[in-house]
Amino acid sequence: MSPWVLRGLRDGVVTTRWPKRPDGYADTWRGPVVVTGPPPPGDDPAAVCPTGAISRGPGAEVAVDQGRCVLCGRCVRRFPDVFAFSAGIGAASLTRPGLVVPPLPGTERDLAAVRASLAERTAALRRSVHLRHVDAGSDGTEEQEIAALLNPVYDIHRLGIYFTASPRHADVLLVTGAGAYGMAEPLRRTYDGMPDPKIVIAVGTDAVSGGLLGDGTYATSGGVGSVLPVDVWLPGSPPPPFAILYALLLALGRLPSAPAGTGGGR
Amino acid sequence: MTATAGRATPVTALWDEIAGQVAAGRRFAGLMGTQRDDGLLLSAHLAGPGQVTTHEVRLPPGARSYPALTPVLGAAFWYERELHDLFGIVPDGHPRLEPLILPQPVRHGPLPRPGAPGGGDASGEGDGGAGAIWPDVHAVPRHVLGAGLFTIPHGPVRSGVMESIEYLVETPGEDIPHLNLRIFYKHRGIEKRFERLPAADGVLLAERTEGVASVAHALAFAHAAERIGGVEEIPWRAALVRVLHAELERLAAHLDAATRLADAAGLAVAAARFGLHKERIARLTGRMCGSRFGRGVVVPGGVSALPGIAAADLLDEAGRLQRSIESDVRVLMGTASFLDRLRGTGRLAPARAAEHGTLGPVGKASGYRDDARRARPYDAYDSLGFSAPQEHADGDALARLRVRWDELRQSFHLIRQAADELADAGDGPLAVPCEFGSGRAVGWAEGPHGEVLYDLRTEDGRITRCRPRSPSFHNLVLFHEVFHTDILTDFPFIEASFGLSIAGAAL
Ligand code: SF4
Repeated sequence: MSPWVLRGLRDGVVTTRWPKRPDGYADTWRGPVVVTGPPPPGDDPAAVCPTGAISRGPGAEVAVDQGRCVLCGRCVRRFPDVFAFSAGIGAASLTRPGLVVPPLPGTERDLAAVRASLAERTAALRRSVHLRHVDAGSDGTEEQEIAALLNPVYDIHRLGIYFTASPRHADVLLVTGAGAYGMAEPLRRTYDGMPDPKIVIAVGTDAVSGGLLGDGTYATSGGVGSVLPVDVWLPGSPPPPFAILYALLLALGRLPSAPAGTGGGR
Repeated sequence: MTATAGRATPVTALWDEIAGQVAAGRRFAGLMGTQRDDGLLLSAHLAGPGQVTTHEVRLPPGARSYPALTPVLGAAFWYERELHDLFGIVPDGHPRLEPLILPQPVRHGPLPRPGAPGGGDASGEGDGGAGAIWPDVHAVPRHVLGAGLFTIPHGPVRSGVMESIEYLVETPGEDIPHLNLRIFYKHRGIEKRFERLPAADGVLLAERTEGVASVAHALAFAHAAERIGGVEEIPWRAALVRVLHAELERLAAHLDAATRLADAAGLAVAAARFGLHKERIARLTGRMCGSRFGRGVVVPGGVSALPGIAAADLLDEAGRLQRSIESDVRVLMGTASFLDRLRGTGRLAPARAAEHGTLGPVGKASGYRDDARRARPYDAYDSLGFSAPQEHADGDALARLRVRWDELRQSFHLIRQAADELADAGDGPLAVPCEFGSGRAVGWAEGPHGEVLYDLRTEDGRITRCRPRSPSFHNLVLFHEVFHTDILTDFPFIEASFGLSIAGAAL
């Protein structure tokens, strides 16, 4: 008998029960920045952010566009009473404006409409789902975190989610990277090759907004939103496997109504 | 060897000197361009004991070409293609100047050259307008011609969860006579982007230049910045924290390579085991700093914070992890069917490895052992003990995996020492002030795949030029060399055993 058979039983059950049961690691994950208080008078917190994620409202209030946050932590270190890392894995949003905290007026209403139409599209694929991944100019970490979904801790097969090599069998497209022009055409072809209904998830702050590469360079388009219609926006630099799993279940309408500690469902 | 007999110019004189130094044992570490008002500056870097030296020659303003280095020094092959892509300069006598890191345009006409005067402003072309670069997906060059030859493109969209790259396999059947690599699909314009950043933000972009070596890139950038800023020494605790994160990053990368190799061999349980080990390393890293990739730790002048866990807990955890990993390594390296797949696969001859100055585990597996941590020590490495390295020279995928296991033990050894030291290192600041000012310096760090090199220039605290040279860029070209006798089914093994990142190569 191969020695690997017994090896597989070492360490007991390592697989998470999430989303059925809470998972301590997921609950304590350090996510994109939230606003916890008003800024001190005279200081401009927007100036510390390298990606322009922090903005000033018409009054003294500040907002953070989590879609631009690369979690560098500068704002949190410099203004600990104003900014904090969010806790949990629920950073994903069904709309791009939904990534702004505190929420913009009207976000809730828009979200409800988007959620309803997405639910209609995904009704057909709730049981077994196939994923395709395309790298559109990532730094290489998002691929590591997506691939980690296959390790025994996350084991997404237990949820009926599988990777497929062919766009023809894919229901969900996971796109990473800042939108490199070189990948625009191959990305488009993969998308076109997928049957309807299809879901696109922008995985990582680079894919959402271009991240540190900004709104666009001679080689990138400031995220993948200008190349494809995105259904789920997931910031993170990179987002951890749990946050990717959360985004997937959000897209599929398979999140329990109150997933433990994830703070989301935006 | 003389570059161009009878026609000595400042350029050929420099090339001859460089070729001479390489023949005398120094390693060619890269060739880079910098566009200035007084012409294009070509900078070649040579690595040796204790230092990296830079040798430069300036082309006259408006020069369209120069005599190529590649004919006298083959290792410059990709570097000169990149110069051609970015600056529009033609290295005369280069054997094949096809696009490497800039996508080919659909429309005919000149390529925008981001490095050329007035070319590729990093802003404003994000709309895909006239200045943007679009690839010509139909322009597939075929180098091997003849009846019955096939060109099989793999990529740029890959079948697994992988970074984008296109391998054009030109083959008459099962054997691979030639492999053409096209990395430009995911070119992001990183170098140009650095130029718009305040120097303090540079380290954040360095961390995202090649994510699987986030710490190594941050370190190489910080080392260059610290040289410019006149920082002689960073606080001892900061040096130790840097070592901890650099070695955890190495563990994660090597475990990832093992996971992919086991997966390629169809060993599902082994792949799950090494995937689990890698997850545990990522979680430990995350507990220490909040990022599973060690981001946000390194700042020019030191580190941003101490690890979020006590040194004693780190020692405990590292010990547990090492025992568990080593036990699986023993079984893996006793699985005959697995070893058979790796033995003789993707062989890089020692002579070629030395000639190319091959970096990291790929070089070490072919008997070429340059390791910046020992040859050009930085941070705390000078004061920490290394166990004697094992000699390998088989140059195949198996030797590369053996090197990774040696390095894994070495990394745990270093982590234990650094954590021990950290436990009673007292207190005090974790960073010293680092003024970026104006200057130019080279910095390096040994990443999981080999030496990362940064050539950095600043003016009044802003970056004016930053050229990261990842080991992936330097080593990836060797793919050309290792496929000649192997069949298509060896491909995943060779790719996993090289374990390189496309992001770092295509920039
Ligand atoms: S963590 Fe960094 S990127 Fe995110 S909002 Fe704060 S300063 Fe900006």
